[in-house]
Amino acid sequence: MPLWLFIFLAVIAICGAFGVILQRNPVHCLLALALTLIDVGVLFVGLGAETLGFLQIIIYVGAIMVLFLFVIWLLNLQIEPAPNAHLALKFFGSIGAAALAAELSVFFFNAQPVSGVATIPGTYGSVESLARMLFSDYLVAFEVTSILLLAAVAGAIALARRMTGAALTRTPVEGEGVVRARESGS
Amino acid sequence: MITPIDYFMGLSAVIFAIGVAGMLVRRNVIVMFMSIELMLNAVNLAFVALGRRVGSMDGQVIVFFVMTVAAAEAAVGLAIIISLYRGRETLNADELNLLRW
Repeated sequence: MPLWLFIFLAVIAICGAFGVILQRNPVHCLLALALTLIDVGVLFVGLGAETLGFLQIIIYVGAIMVLFLFVIWLLNLQIEPAPNAHLALKFFGSIGAAALAAELSVFFFNAQPVSGVATIPGTYGSVESLARMLFSDYLVAFEVTSILLLAAVAGAIALARRMTGAALTRTPVEGEGVVRARESGS
Repeated sequence: MITPIDYFMGLSAVIFAIGVAGMLVRRNVIVMFMSIELMLNAVNLAFVALGRRVGSMDGQVIVFFVMTVAAAEAAVGLAIIISLYRGRETLNADELNLLRW
């Protein structure tokens, strides 16, 4: 990947990442996040991982982001209520994050170079080579992943179902019977 | 000129730090959740870049699994958010003190 292209993409990615944490409206945050994710997908393609780059765009931007958008619109959260500013938390959080970025960058730039030049095979990043690894070396992990997704779907349905109890309402535990009585009375 | 792999690692570090900052600064649960996705993607970028440097496909397979776990996490997390909002009618992390003693 040529350097000018990398710098262009890196600037877009960092702007999008700042957009996620600086916008007030959650929908705008989500659009900035989608921009960053598409950008990271393009960086994947530039690094030779074509399959992964397209999977990133399809899965993240196409599925997960739409799920977020769906929830934001379902709960009608476009306008965030009064910003609850913790000035000390913002101050120390920003300083801590900047220190983390500096530390990680120093760590990465001082990393020992890998001895010798790695040989990149011609099929690097293709669907075939990815599938070959998934279904041979990582077969057990792949199968466990399917169980994880099944459990996640079951858990999501169980959680998002309308709760009959008053476990999450503002009323304390002692008031649970009152809430129940009011619900059954109405 | 070919971009050195170190630059990708530096970009990954910056995006990860922005995600950490979003997690600490924002109080909206959904935006905090988006910050988590940001951090996951920074790590994915580091995996792919390092895999490229070593010349192996293992990093890409790990990224594949990270994406799967992120999808599962998004499904469960958003279900928790819907459930919370239904009961509390707020998504401010400071007011969600259900598990705080």
